[in-house]
Amino acid sequence: MSSPLIGVGEEEEEGRSNVTLLDSSSSMDSIHQNVSELKERNYMGLSDCSSVDSSTISTSSADNSCSFNLKATELRLGLPGSQSPERDPELCLLSSSKPDEKPLFPLHPSKDNTCSLSQKTLISGNKRGFSDAMDGFSERKIAGNSEVNAMLSPRTTPNLAVKSCTAKDNPVTQPAKMKEAVPQHVSQERPRAANENGLNRTNALNNSSNAKATKAQVVGWPPVRSFRKNTLATTSKNTDEAEGKAGLGALLVKVSMDGAPYLRKVDLRTYSAYQELSSALEKMFSCFTIGQYGSHGAPAREMLSESKLKDLLHGSEYVLTYEDKDGDWMLVGDVPWERFFKHWMKIDTCMKSFLYGLAAQKVICSSSNQCEVKYICIIFQLLGLLEKDRNKNYAIIHADVAIPPANIKGKELE
Amino acid sequence: MDPKRSRNSPDSPESTRFPDEVLERVLSLLRSHKDRSSVSLVCKDWYNAERWTRTHVFIGNCYSVSPEIVSGRFPAIRSVTLKGKPRFSDFNLVPENWGADIHQWLVVFAEKYPFLEELRLKRMTVTDESLEFLATSFSNFRAISLLSCDGFSTDGLAAIATHCKNLTELDIQENDMEDNGGGWLSCFPENFTSLEVLNFASQQGDVSFDALERLVARCKSLRVLKVDKYVKLEQLHRLLVQSPQLTDLGTGNFQQELTPRQFAELESAFRNCKNLHTLSGLWDATSLYFPVLYSACGSLTFLNLSYAALQSGDLVKLLPHCPNLRRLWVLDTVEDKGLEAIGSSCPLLAELRVFPADPFDLDINHGVTESGFIAVSCGCPKLHYVLYFCRQMTNAAVATIVQNCPDFTHFRLCIMNPRQPDYLTGEPMDEAFGAVVKTCTKLQRLAISGLLTDLTFEYIGKYAKNLETLSVAFAGSSDWGMQCVLRGCAKLRKLEIRDSPFGNAALLSGLAKYESMRSLWMSACNVTMNACRILAREKPRLNVEVMKDDETDSRVDKVYVYRSVAGPRRDAPPFVLTL
Repeated sequence: MSSPLIGVGEEEEEGRSNVTLLDSSSSMDSIHQNVSELKERNYMGLSDCSSVDSSTISTSSADNSCSFNLKATELRLGLPGSQSPERDPELCLLSSSKPDEKPLFPLHPSKDNTCSLSQKTLISGNKRGFSDAMDGFSERKIAGNSEVNAMLSPRTTPNLAVKSCTAKDNPVTQPAKMKEAVPQHVSQERPRAANENGLNRTNALNNSSNAKATKAQVVGWPPVRSFRKNTLATTSKNTDEAEGKAGLGALLVKVSMDGAPYLRKVDLRTYSAYQELSSALEKMFSCFTIGQYGSHGAPAREMLSESKLKDLLHGSEYVLTYEDKDGDWMLVGDVPWERFFKHWMKIDTCMKSFLYGLAAQKVICSSSNQCEVKYICIIFQLLGLLEKDRNKNYAIIHADVAIPPANIKGKELE
Repeated sequence: MDPKRSRNSPDSPESTRFPDEVLERVLSLLRSHKDRSSVSLVCKDWYNAERWTRTHVFIGNCYSVSPEIVSGRFPAIRSVTLKGKPRFSDFNLVPENWGADIHQWLVVFAEKYPFLEELRLKRMTVTDESLEFLATSFSNFRAISLLSCDGFSTDGLAAIATHCKNLTELDIQENDMEDNGGGWLSCFPENFTSLEVLNFASQQGDVSFDALERLVARCKSLRVLKVDKYVKLEQLHRLLVQSPQLTDLGTGNFQQELTPRQFAELESAFRNCKNLHTLSGLWDATSLYFPVLYSACGSLTFLNLSYAALQSGDLVKLLPHCPNLRRLWVLDTVEDKGLEAIGSSCPLLAELRVFPADPFDLDINHGVTESGFIAVSCGCPKLHYVLYFCRQMTNAAVATIVQNCPDFTHFRLCIMNPRQPDYLTGEPMDEAFGAVVKTCTKLQRLAISGLLTDLTFEYIGKYAKNLETLSVAFAGSSDWGMQCVLRGCAKLRKLEIRDSPFGNAALLSGLAKYESMRSLWMSACNVTMNACRILAREKPRLNVEVMKDDETDSRVDKVYVYRSVAGPRRDAPPFVLTL
């Protein structure tokens, strides 16, 4: 089956030829997968329509991984904008408003996205569906730029789901409707300066695939001095957490790891560098993978070293990726931390909460005769949990753990 | 100002035959530079007397004059204040490496003013080398103040600390400063005791606390101490114990688990600070620890809470203890209820600044609204300076506000969503600012926002006769607006415009005006190169600098026009084209 590759159009070939992702119905066959393609994988296959299902399992993925529809969790690759037919259209949210041709590098401004809503068919598994839907409906929904799309949990916001998919069965009409709904909005955004201010990414304004959802950021507006902006960005996180308020927007995100019986929560603000985030995540979840080695789930730092984890996972290497607002899987670490971190701050404020679950994909090499790549994927999800009426920051980061072909053992990673 | 213009004053010769010594003695008492400028225009004698007695020079635009000219005219300067970049550089509208580097000034000063004592810079580029040069070239150097500057790091501060034996003031505010560690504090020699002002609140890293404590302990004249947010509460306590004479305190992080004994000690330390009139810092403050402050708040006149994300309840608890507040800076997390508390607790309030905690958040359920502003205006009739960031406003509200407080001299209203109309009526905000200029006759500074047509500018031109500074963003409908302002506001000195539909006709209508102004900034307007060239040609005493991003477009992105006696600047970077 040709799988649509969402994210990077150029990768399509690769995707087609190489990847046969989990075929849900079949047994876990061997899967050829290049490590480099991990990031292009369309996780939407798992996260969109199946988010209905997966949302119920988001908190205890281990148990539920078996229970939900494997087909729905099937990873698919495909062109942006293409629709996977067997997806549940209920969650075929509105247009991703992504053009079919996506820039490889989402940092590139793409002005042509401005009113590209209409031609988008619904993409099942469109990560941005809900957010788009949401934003389309409230014209004053001018949230800050969000690099990451919000996914509404249909479970928690059923109204929105209904609203946003007024024509569940008619996904194609929806974008058109949305386009009408927001042209005024979008056109208002146009005259705003397209320049990036110090805090925003260059493409923030121009990616109005989200622009209708996100407010165009204008250079130097509102006129707040950089020093003050930076200071406010990193201050009072502890206070807010302690008082249960978002205050200045503490980036509290849930992290779930499949196989773990409970979730953890992290505040992105407490990290000033990728390394810290990465090691914090490792620390948090190592207790599950190396529980038998560590003590009390709080192993010493040495045990958490990457090398140690590598050993444990048979040479696996944690690769942190995140999904940006174009739906591309980006390697965490390319953008300076400060900018990366600040992206999460500009989020659509209308979202009350969202989460979507994503099951871990386990692939077990069944055939020992051939030197096949075994691919094990543990998906970390950072789920944004929005405080009531307050926080609107969320982030989605997926960490893939891939096992290079050399170290194949027939081991399933729980 | 043309030095050759002064003539002997007419008629009564007696009045001009002041003995020079007496004249100089009298003139040396003049401090205000406006007065001094007037004095120097009287006649040649007075001009000379004035120039010999001037000890402090204020240069509002570092490119309007050259260091050689300054040192040539004023031989006895001991204190210099310099402002560099256009104000919009604070908001990233001016590219990096634009200029305003202090170094050339320092080189000249080292030669001409070896006894220079004070240097205050705003929006200048200052490198570590410059700071080191400064520290080593002026043996009598006492005070340095850097506000909104960039280009230096803590290494530069170390140089100052090491070499300036008589330093009384080290004031580093809101700068883009590289942090290479806090060791610079240790560079003050052990026998160094002269410090009176120490402000490193904008540092982004730890300082060596022991060095700080020792420094504070031995500098008995210290009256201003503003530490950075890495200084903890219990450390603050130790500092306060050493310096109860402080008048200005900037705390560090105000959130820490304190034992009851520590709490009591801190409270007692604050109680001992009987002279405190300014309090700032308070990072991460919550109302939990406010009680330690109460005893010191009675004499407070300036409270800067703009780094503490307080809620309205916090403010309600704190403000009744601060009845003498004249200036208050808060974040909009306090919301309207907090502003109501201000209105009811601070009858003497003269200045209010409400900053946005989350400037990019456009959810109008956050922050402050027009009703908070009205509440403050009702309770604080003496309000004359306001900076207000909000997400919604109405014409009627502003009219009410200025009726309650007709003495505004600085009215800066920022409705954060560009071109937002009156949210109740949907109309432009013209009448709001019309009310401001009609009612507040003393208005000197105005910043406008919201949906505005040319009518606003008609009002401004017609009524704002004392206006000196006008900031315009996303406003106006046509050239007519800007023309009204240029024609009508006789005292206009600084005009900064961004993202407004003013074009060549508007720019050129001010031909006669710009030489009486300090500067004009226009960015993202409809001005083309042709008009800029015409302006440059017609007015050779103006520097017309353009910045263009796009080669193909005839429009200029940014044009900066300022008067200068120094001619076009020689250090313009390649992206700045001086016409």
